[in-house]
Amino acid sequence: MAKQIIPKKHPMPHQDPQVRAKNFDEVALGYTEELAVAEAERCLNCKKPLCKQGCPVGVDIPEFIALVKERKFDEAARVIKRTNALPAVCGRVCPQENQCEKFCVVGKKHEPVGIGRLERFVGDYIMNKEEEIEKSEPTGYKVAIVGSGPAGLACAADLARWGHSVTIFEALHTPGGVLMYGIPEFRLPKRIVQKEIENLKKMGVEIETNAIIGQIASLDELLNEEGYDAVFLGTGAGTPYFMNLPGENLNGVYSANEFLTRSNLMKAYRFPVSDTPIKVGKKVAVLGGGNVAMDAARTALRLGAEEVYIVYRRSRAELPARLEEIEHAEEEGVKFLFLTNPTRYIGNEEGWLTGLECIKMELGEPDASGRRKPIPIAGSEFVLPVDIAIVAIGQGPNPLLTKTTPDLETNKRGNIVADETGKTSKEGVYAGGDVVTGAATVIKAMGAGRVAARSIHEYLMAKGPKKN
Amino acid sequence: MYQIMSKKTLAPAIHEYEILAPKVAKKAKAGQFIILRVDENGERIPLTIADYNREAGTITIVFAEAGYSTKKLGKLNAGDAVQDFVGPLGVPSHVDKFGKVVMVAGGVGVAPVFPIAREMKAAGNHVVGIMGARSKNLIFWEERMKEVCHELLVTTDDGSYVRKGFVTDVLREYIEKEGKPDLVMAIGPLPMMRAVANLTKEYGIKTMVSLNSIMVDGTGMCGACRVTVGGETRFVCVDGPEFDGHLVDFEEQLMRSRKYKAEEQHALNRGGCGCGGGGKCHG
Ligand SMILES: Cc1cc2nc3c(=O)[nH]c(=O)nc-3n(C[C@H](O)[C@H](O)[C@H](O)COP(=O)(O)OP(=O)(O)OC[C@H]3O[C@@H](n4cnc5c(N)ncnc54)[C@H](O)[C@@H]3O)c2cc1C
Ligand SMILES: Cc1cc2nc3c(=O)[nH]c(=O)nc-3n(C[C@H](O)[C@H](O)[C@H](O)COP(=O)(O)OP(=O)(O)OC[C@H]3O[C@@H](n4cnc5c(N)ncnc54)[C@H](O)[C@@H]3O)c2cc1C
Ligand code: SF4
Ligand code: SF4
Ligand code: FES
Repeated sequence: MAKQIIPKKHPMPHQDPQVRAKNFDEVALGYTEELAVAEAERCLNCKKPLCKQGCPVGVDIPEFIALVKERKFDEAARVIKRTNALPAVCGRVCPQENQCEKFCVVGKKHEPVGIGRLERFVGDYIMNKEEEIEKSEPTGYKVAIVGSGPAGLACAADLARWGHSVTIFEALHTPGGVLMYGIPEFRLPKRIVQKEIENLKKMGVEIETNAIIGQIASLDELLNEEGYDAVFLGTGAGTPYFMNLPGENLNGVYSANEFLTRSNLMKAYRFPVSDTPIKVGKKVAVLGGGNVAMDAARTALRLGAEEVYIVYRRSRAELPARLEEIEHAEEEGVKFLFLTNPTRYIGNEEGWLTGLECIKMELGEPDASGRRKPIPIAGSEFVLPVDIAIVAIGQGPNPLLTKTTPDLETNKRGNIVADETGKTSKEGVYAGGDVVTGAATVIKAMGAGRVAARSIHEYLMAKGPKKN
Repeated sequence: MYQIMSKKTLAPAIHEYEILAPKVAKKAKAGQFIILRVDENGERIPLTIADYNREAGTITIVFAEAGYSTKKLGKLNAGDAVQDFVGPLGVPSHVDKFGKVVMVAGGVGVAPVFPIAREMKAAGNHVVGIMGARSKNLIFWEERMKEVCHELLVTTDDGSYVRKGFVTDVLREYIEKEGKPDLVMAIGPLPMMRAVANLTKEYGIKTMVSLNSIMVDGTGMCGACRVTVGGETRFVCVDGPEFDGHLVDFEEQLMRSRKYKAEEQHALNRGGCGCGGGGKCHG
């Protein structure tokens, strides 16, 4: 007999919107054991779990949820970690409504099972426990990983487990990629990322920060002079796009990357305790509608801005950000200007931004992406008075490495070309994550890192035992 | 951590550090820069590579105490260490056999000019150095410059040493007397580089300048360093720092360099930076 299903997900305790809009502490507080078990009860433990097909790395969802029901949290963690090395991170930042939870059978009639929340719970549960690390005999092979974002971290973890000697090179002074410099503390506490990095170090992975491959050593030097047998490139999509509108270089116009890096990585929110300054302004316009835009808008609020607008050219339904982040932004008081497109920046004599001219849009026929194409309404221009504008319309790959490696194939957008196993056009060189796909998600980058780790392992093992 | 192997105070509030960073020293080229962080709370400070010693594994930097962060850096001593040190960043200077090259240095700009002048000389150019400072006590590295320049002309704003005048006065006199050089390169405060570029434009002499825009990462990731060059937006950290001085929008750069003035209220009173450009240093 079908049992009675509670129609809604168990809500997660949150910080009050009024309070949290003024601090950088985490917004969502996570399930207690009781809530986790209760939510796990909503899962039907499907024979053909559709949820699993929605997960880019195929986490064994019913299996881990069944273990949560039985309060076997350690075992649940082991099940998740077979495919996803960072449950505490993905449970927080995956766009579940488009992935696992989108396909959940319960979701057909009711709210889907809170898979992400359960994953986060399990991830946090084991976070505070010492994990035993299983490691194979050393193979003698040396692998270099370029970039310490989720792709590089996931690749490093597997390779180290299989006995290879792994060194990660990171351009910035702190490892973690976007997890450290982009996604804010209130959404992903940095101690969680650092804990994962500590675990890697315990596995023997070396991390060299302040090391830009392409500048300090070329790819060929890593392979031919420094004795690396294979290289994985997980350099991400870090170069901010601008709209090329008049006035874009006025003071007060930031890329989201700069604004978030100043706040997160450089801790400008603690200025003057930390030395890096940030301009916040009274009225802030954020251009774009993805996660990056939501993060920038909510950061601006927390830094003391009085009014923060999201300027987005389509409507609410098309916002690409995670649903939860949109709702949180709304609750905190971010104002949304939909069907609005910026046309130029207006400044004063000293070169400071004073306003953003926008034009109203209407939705026309569906375009190539299947979404209805926004078209400007003639004569509907208006000026939004703002002193800060944050451009969050996307990022492309950083060319520092590819510029110095002419024989590495890239496409016309500058992304590194790699096949489904992560193999690039260069022998012994693999790539994955945003640098291959363009800006995507944490779980996809991690998945790509693990696929590449498998290919690298096979490539090295096919060479036989390491000769010196 | 990256150890300071030696410290020299060259002039009031201007210091020279040799910092141990073998990997950076191995790759450093004239015209490139590094970014350092003094400590865990420190901001990322970009500084030009003034010299390098591949055997000893050191990089030489010379900096003026301009505000809070450079003052904090200036408090360190030989034996101390900085938290982070990354480089070499930016594109090296384009060194070739041009013929006659005039290297113009304003204030602390002498330091970045020095290794480029040395390379220019080694490439077979006739190198003319012009260095200027506000006053005699702010002149440094004159001997070092003499070694790498065929001719060296020195000037002070107040006439307290050699002669009175701005570097642009000296440059104009030189061009009038000796004819047009094949290349002018100017490094110093923005107003000084703008003045040089305006001057050489009159004569139609190709001029390179090294921009010191506000930066964060120095890897092309944030866009803080954007500059308009020939109508296009470029990132100084990865496309530069050297650009054609006749194409740079200096007005925009000057405005952008003033961005954080108000935020740095907590900074101590500024020491002189010794710019010889007749303009206020650092915007
Ligand atoms: C603000 C923001 C919010 C986001 N929110 C979400 C979200 O909620 N959910 C989600 O799933 N995804 C989100 N994303 C996207 C997600 O973070 C990325 O898809 C993911 O981080 C990509 O991982 P990666 O390992 O490919 O690259 P990255 O995380 O970009 O890491 C690349 C690393 O390589 C380093 N590097 C680059 N070049 C070199 C070089 N030459 N030498 C050495 N090191 C180098 C960089 O410094 C960086 O640390 C967000 C992105 C941003 C910017
Ligand atoms: C590529 C490059 C090379 C440089 N080389 C040298 C050098 O060899 N010697 C030297 O003395 N100085 C050099 N500078 C300038 C030096 O980085 C600044 O003087 C320093 O960052 C000022 O920091 P502050 O906090 O002490 O000063 P403040 O004036 O208090 O700084 C306030 C804020 O503005 C920024 N800022 C202010 N002025 C500058 C500036 N001119 N350039 C970049 N950011 C600035 C700082 O990052 C800080 O966030 C260089 C700058 C660049 C970009
Ligand atoms: S990794 Fe992401 S998509 Fe996969 S099950 Fe976990 S939350 Fe869902
Ligand atoms: S589809 Fe939903 S109900 Fe079925 S196993 Fe997956 S999470 Fe449980
Ligand atoms: S300093 Fe960040 S892009 Fe140049």
